[in-house]
Amino acid sequence: MSIRVDYRASLSLVGTVLKYLSVPLLLPVVVALYYGETLAPFLPTIAVTLLVGWGLERLAPEPDIAAREGFLMVAATWLAVALVGTIPYLIEAHGIPLLVEPIHPDSTLANPTNALFESMSGFSTTGATVLGSINVVDHTRGVMLWRQLTQWLGGMGIVVLAVAILPELSVGGAQLMDAEAPGPGIEKLTPKIAETARVLWGAYLAITVVEILLLYGLDLAGMAGPNMNAYNAVAHGLTTMPTGGFSPQARSIEAFSAAVQWVIIPFMVIAGTNFALIWQAVAGSPRELLEDTEFRGYLGAMAVLTAILTGLLFTGGFASGVPEGATFDAAYLSETAAAITGNLEPALRHALFQAVSIVTTTGYASMDFDVWGAPAKYALLFAMFVGGSAGSTGGSVKVIRWIVVAKVLRRELFTTAHPEAVRPVRLGGNALDDRATRGIMSFTLLYLSMFFIGAFVLFLDAARAGVDFTVLEVISGTASTLGNVGPAFYRLGPMGGYLRFPDSSKLFMVVLMWAGRLEILPLLVCLTPEYWRR
Amino acid sequence: MRVIIVGAGQVGESIAADLSEAHDVVIVEQDPDRVEELNYGLDVLAVEGDGTSLSALEEADVTEADMVIASTDDDETNIVVSSTVKAVSDAFTIARVKNTQYLRTWQRSRAAFGVDFMVCTYLLAAESIVRVVGLPAARDADMFADGRVEMAEFDVGEESPISGQSVAEADTYDSLTFAAIVRDEELLIPTGTTEIHAGDRLVVIGTPRSVRAFAGDVAPHESALSGEVVIVGGSEIGYHVARLLSERGVTARLIEQDPDRARWLAEELPDTMVLETDATDIEFLEREHIGDAEVIVSALDSDEKNLLASLLAERVGTERSIAVIDQSEYVELFEAVGIDVGVNPREVVAEEITRFTRAGGAENVALVENGLAEVLEVEVDDDSPLVGEPIRESIHSLPADVVIGAISRDGEYVVPRGETEIEPGDHVVLFVETEDADKVSAAL
Repeated sequence: MSIRVDYRASLSLVGTVLKYLSVPLLLPVVVALYYGETLAPFLPTIAVTLLVGWGLERLAPEPDIAAREGFLMVAATWLAVALVGTIPYLIEAHGIPLLVEPIHPDSTLANPTNALFESMSGFSTTGATVLGSINVVDHTRGVMLWRQLTQWLGGMGIVVLAVAILPELSVGGAQLMDAEAPGPGIEKLTPKIAETARVLWGAYLAITVVEILLLYGLDLAGMAGPNMNAYNAVAHGLTTMPTGGFSPQARSIEAFSAAVQWVIIPFMVIAGTNFALIWQAVAGSPRELLEDTEFRGYLGAMAVLTAILTGLLFTGGFASGVPEGATFDAAYLSETAAAITGNLEPALRHALFQAVSIVTTTGYASMDFDVWGAPAKYALLFAMFVGGSAGSTGGSVKVIRWIVVAKVLRRELFTTAHPEAVRPVRLGGNALDDRATRGIMSFTLLYLSMFFIGAFVLFLDAARAGVDFTVLEVISGTASTLGNVGPAFYRLGPMGGYLRFPDSSKLFMVVLMWAGRLEILPLLVCLTPEYWRR
Repeated sequence: MRVIIVGAGQVGESIAADLSEAHDVVIVEQDPDRVEELNYGLDVLAVEGDGTSLSALEEADVTEADMVIASTDDDETNIVVSSTVKAVSDAFTIARVKNTQYLRTWQRSRAAFGVDFMVCTYLLAAESIVRVVGLPAARDADMFADGRVEMAEFDVGEESPISGQSVAEADTYDSLTFAAIVRDEELLIPTGTTEIHAGDRLVVIGTPRSVRAFAGDVAPHESALSGEVVIVGGSEIGYHVARLLSERGVTARLIEQDPDRARWLAEELPDTMVLETDATDIEFLEREHIGDAEVIVSALDSDEKNLLASLLAERVGTERSIAVIDQSEYVELFEAVGIDVGVNPREVVAEEITRFTRAGGAENVALVENGLAEVLEVEVDDDSPLVGEPIRESIHSLPADVVIGAISRDGEYVVPRGETEIEPGDHVVLFVETEDADKVSAAL
């Protein structure tokens, strides 16, 4: 038996996933029909997914997936869906030669690199944008909904969804989910892996629906501010739960009332919580959730950050002047500073909203946090490395890994004084075996290395292309794309975007987002010669 | 009573010797030489045969037996003997095991394996070591309800802060009951207003932690440990000593040489610092300041190593040494050459079984003040007069004065107060004068 990677089997399964991607594409079709918009961006996309999917599927009639094939399948699936995801953007900008006139020819997504960036940002739930203008006037509602839908599909994981619905993945499914799911290892909630995947997706869908109903309810009650309507309620439901952050509003959540902001906060917290724990809590043991080490650490991290930010905002922690490259003007600065300084509710609300948004890697903004002073901004920059919980839709390093890293370091200090001491690292009473702790240490180091190298590459590339970026812009942009956060600082701030980067940098960031969503290893492993060797 | 003992090792023989005075004892043993020896040495009937076989049991007349004690050196054999006995007779079965997994299974369902009473050698040995280590201020201490309830007896000295206080004033513990005061050889059942005098002896029943806290109050100077406990050897006994000590709030260090076992111990004992090394490495003993420890417990697998480890520790400065000694004939010798207390697991288990067989229906018994009073542990059933009304009422339906010291319900400690209602299945630890003990036992 050969141990060569059976890439045909992997690609065949990628084809199956692509084929089924045509089903969610019907949602923007329905929206376009409802608003009387053209179906041109979607019908060809559906045709392409079906054709390419069917073609790839033919590579192997009965694909057999083992661990090795799993990595390739997962990595390739995410690239494939990101590529397909660009088609509606490109058709909207260019039309279809001889058949359809361009709909919005001045869209920044006319550039294929930008389209790919936006698509990968969507599927990877990053939420970083290269749109020149974010609204449903310069883009059709159908295409904007597709943009939000990519995040919703990417959040709980396309491969998890595939495991839930494809019977042929009942055997290799656990490996596939492990390669895709955030955090170390997966938790089987039920004996059958497909059932586990269905439970996760079911919970995800149910919570999304609850949020949409609540948001729309606020609108009906007249408490949501001027902009909320059914379309926006759906759009925000689709981008909160995947911790994505693509809002169809240029001003993100600032466009809505304080009530909407308060409602979205708990949903971001839930999105960053381990779904297996949520399921268990709902199924009957909420104590398990409260006693979970990671959940406590996760809440603690957000609480500490909120306390710091509230203090800074309440005492007037705003930028003293408008720095070069900022996305706001002096009037906005003085207005927001006056509204928040010395007022506890807005100070607490914006601090909590932003702390939760960044820690969970959602990336929504309840205000342009770029107006905040340096201490508050640096606090947010560090928070980009925290991330949500394992088994959530959140990105970045994840709370559980930091807890383990801290415990391992503490053990090292202890064993320096007592060389004979045996100290297993404990999580909630259970001892972790040394292989697991080693894996977590390596991942964290790998993540940080990836961040430093990424920032360095972007610096070099910006210098080569002659684009001037500040250090904070490049560093925060790298942390934000690798961690699937979305917004960064200055021109990359919540009201800005990544448009000014040269195409080469954007392509590199596509890789960062891709690697970040898959937690680096499944992608990196496919690039090593050992992987392909017999 | 007709008692069959299967297995005539040290434990079996010791029990047989104790019981033969008052009961008819039959011993089933495979080794013909041992059979001969016992038939001549003790006033018992020794039968040659395998205790797991029906024919051997029938030869011992198992259908007529009131009690069968399975005390071979092999856990599985003892369990199979009990099951086999249950298949053909109504005799009460007692099985001795080493492995605590079996004990845990049996504790979950008292019908498991056909065993009516199970004693665990390692656990009993560990409990008796912990008693010696844990409460130097106590004159006597005993465990009930699988270690969740402890009875202890204290002297009240002149300088004790509680002398001169009333019971109500001294009773500041949630999970502690003042069962009795012994004054001038007389037993008093205290009420809240009873005054505690210097020279009294106090019998308290409560959780191990509260008993320990009380020990600190009643005799602050000699209260329990001031220093640290070091356990050498992560054997089953060493493990249980560490576990029981940590339950009592005493942290210990445990030295184990085998890396896998050390790792397992470190995982199971979060409060204990596990050190993976050879305890006879003098350099290590000095570097880790083992000499500053107050007590060293040697629980290695070999008696000689335990002796060596204890002597080395005492040489570097440890105050007290307790060693597990497997060969009972070594106990005296080791104590003569410097070990303070030698504990022989087989002796401990034989004592426990004998004590149990004497106690009749009670699960566990402790004698207080040379037999002036007894502490009994009873599992109550639906018919018990204690069930169904608050203790304040039900206590009067008993034939004599008793004090309900503690209740263990589904493995949880329940504080008995006047309004507490006892439920079927509860384990009740009660204090009673010896002259009334049989009446009370029978009534329950």
